[in-house]
Amino acid sequence: MKIVVLVKQVPDTAADKRLDPDTLAVDRGAVDGLINEMDEFAIEEALQLVEKHGGEVTVVSMGPEDANDAYKKALQMGADKAVFLTDPALAGSDALATSLALAKVLGTLEYDLVILGSEASDARTSLVPALLAERLGLPQLSFASKVEIEGAAIKINRLTDYGHDVVEAALPAVVSVVEKINEPRYPSFKGIMAAKKKPVDTLDAAGVGIDAAEVGWAGSRTKVLDATVAPPRAKGTIVSDEGNGGVELVEFLASKKFV
Amino acid sequence: MSEILVLVEHTDGDVKKVTLELLTKARALGAPSAVFIGSGFEKAKDKLAEYGAAKVYVAESAELTGYVVAPKAELLAKLVTDHEPAAVLVAATAEGKEVAGRLAVKTSSGVLTDAVDLNLVDGAFVAEQSIFGGSSIVHSAVTAGTPIIAMRPNATPPAPEAAAAERVDVEVTLTEAAKLARVVEKVVVPKGDRPELTEAAIVVSGGRGVGSAEKFSVIEALADQLGAAVGASRAAVDSGWYPHQSQVGQTGKTVSPQLYVACGISGAIQHRAGMQTSKTIVAVNKDAEAPIFELVDYGVVGDLFAVVPQATEEIAKRK
Ligand SMILES: Cc1cc2nc3c(=O)[nH]c(=O)nc-3n(C[C@H](O)[C@H](O)[C@H](O)COP(=O)(O)OP(=O)(O)OC[C@H]3O[C@@H](n4cnc5c(N)ncnc54)[C@H](O)[C@@H]3O)c2cc1C
Ligand SMILES: Nc1ncnc2c1ncn2[C@@H]1O[C@H](COP(=O)(O)O)[C@@H](O)[C@H]1O
Repeated sequence: MKIVVLVKQVPDTAADKRLDPDTLAVDRGAVDGLINEMDEFAIEEALQLVEKHGGEVTVVSMGPEDANDAYKKALQMGADKAVFLTDPALAGSDALATSLALAKVLGTLEYDLVILGSEASDARTSLVPALLAERLGLPQLSFASKVEIEGAAIKINRLTDYGHDVVEAALPAVVSVVEKINEPRYPSFKGIMAAKKKPVDTLDAAGVGIDAAEVGWAGSRTKVLDATVAPPRAKGTIVSDEGNGGVELVEFLASKKFV
Repeated sequence: MSEILVLVEHTDGDVKKVTLELLTKARALGAPSAVFIGSGFEKAKDKLAEYGAAKVYVAESAELTGYVVAPKAELLAKLVTDHEPAAVLVAATAEGKEVAGRLAVKTSSGVLTDAVDLNLVDGAFVAEQSIFGGSSIVHSAVTAGTPIIAMRPNATPPAPEAAAAERVDVEVTLTEAAKLARVVEKVVVPKGDRPELTEAAIVVSGGRGVGSAEKFSVIEALADQLGAAVGASRAAVDSGWYPHQSQVGQTGKTVSPQLYVACGISGAIQHRAGMQTSKTIVAVNKDAEAPIFELVDYGVVGDLFAVVPQATEEIAKRK
């Protein structure tokens, strides 16, 4: 079975993120980049499926030239090879344009399954999985907390507002996973060494047939008009419970008219 | 006035509060037409009329809900083509955003998610979005196609204004591509009488500090005194103490209530991502160094099993 996992490099969630005042895009230079956490669950799921059913895992990432930590991490965890799409023409792509570019890359690959994280922690739009399924004309198996494959059939539990749905489809399919699905492995020393020798195919937009007018700033169908930093939250009152903490808490709630 | 489509969120005709918020917002910007997909329109009709839906496009075919979201996007795409609305509003729920995304591809339109406000500026729809956990505010516009906007629950106070809610039946012949992901079983976790998490004015959440499923009764008791919804951290959910639909955070729900009370929750970045924009934040935690205290308006350093029941009792006394 051939599995493609999509991974995105994002600014460290723990760091203070900001928008670049000139481009109004996420300022990726300001803080360290690393793999979107949720994508580690996608890689882990792919590795487990391949361990069970055989096959190989190709990791695909799109980002600025130096955004190579995400796919490297995937290779260290055990993915077999990487495809990295990078091109100045892609800068400024919104979710719609990103999904178009990723769909073009997938068009050059053979696969039975595409696995994504269900959300990237930077912009948090959670759009790419559905957009990609729509563009590829493949079944959308999103918010998966469990994946089972039998022959050419796939079945997932899809977490919903009310519980979950059991969803079935035929391969190939697009699956996005939630963090409940597994426990991502840490790369072993051996894995880290082996990753250095794994093939990385670096592509530009023209190389996969992307029309530059359809991506980047030019091709995006949304535009950020302005950005302001919100005033920081005022510092709160913190008290130690000396036996009366509950009552004091209610005093506070009453002062705010919640009680 | 230009038509604005509002996709109704409902359970068998029970209309969710967020839909009333969207109708209220749409009224300020144009003439709202609701889009009702699934069964139960008769039950929903009065609510939709009360909140100003002039028209309701009704599509009751069971086929539309038997597959993962694609049929809903197909139906909306048909309505967009037939009626050329000025914009399409959906709730920024997990499924709402998926429908919005697929509709955007089908209609070559821009899509904006997690809007907390929406205005017409020189004829263009401009969404306000609160990003990076509320630390930055941006305004964005759709520059091509029909603006598709996913709006956060609790962003607009719902206000009634009667309209006809005239029923217009719509039918769509689904393409095969819309029927690829079949829902073969729906597993519904019974939810009690408490308010819906994303809609509640007050949310009381418990984390690993609660210690067990049984002891969540301490959190529930406070929630009930406050008329609040109950939330949970991932640690509490993954321990099996509370159902996953209650998870607040990056992979759970984003809540923005008037008051958020975090009990036995450390305040990890992924949890904060789901509650940081709450108006007032209160925490009870025995560790004075817990990061949640960086966010609070009021914090009590102490054992939640002492503080929370005492607070519950005190509120009861004051009633
Ligand atoms: C991809 C990904 C997605 C995630 N998504 C989410 C998400 O959506 N939501 C989420 O919540 N987390 C999420 N997490 C997990 C997150 O990183 C934290 O692990 C989690 O939020 C911790 O939950 P907690 O605060 O309940 O537990 P802990 O961090 O263990 O904190 C428990 C707290 O309880 C306090 N405590 C213990 N006993 C008592 C007592 N008797 N009285 C008072 N205080 C007490 C302790 O001092 C401690 O601060 C995600 C993680 C990843 C990797
Ligand atoms: N630039 C990218 N390169 C590769 N994968 C991506 C990219 N952007 C998004 N994805 C994938 O889409 C998922 C959801 O991202 P998003 O829709 O942006 O929240 C991520 O978890 C990734 O798996």
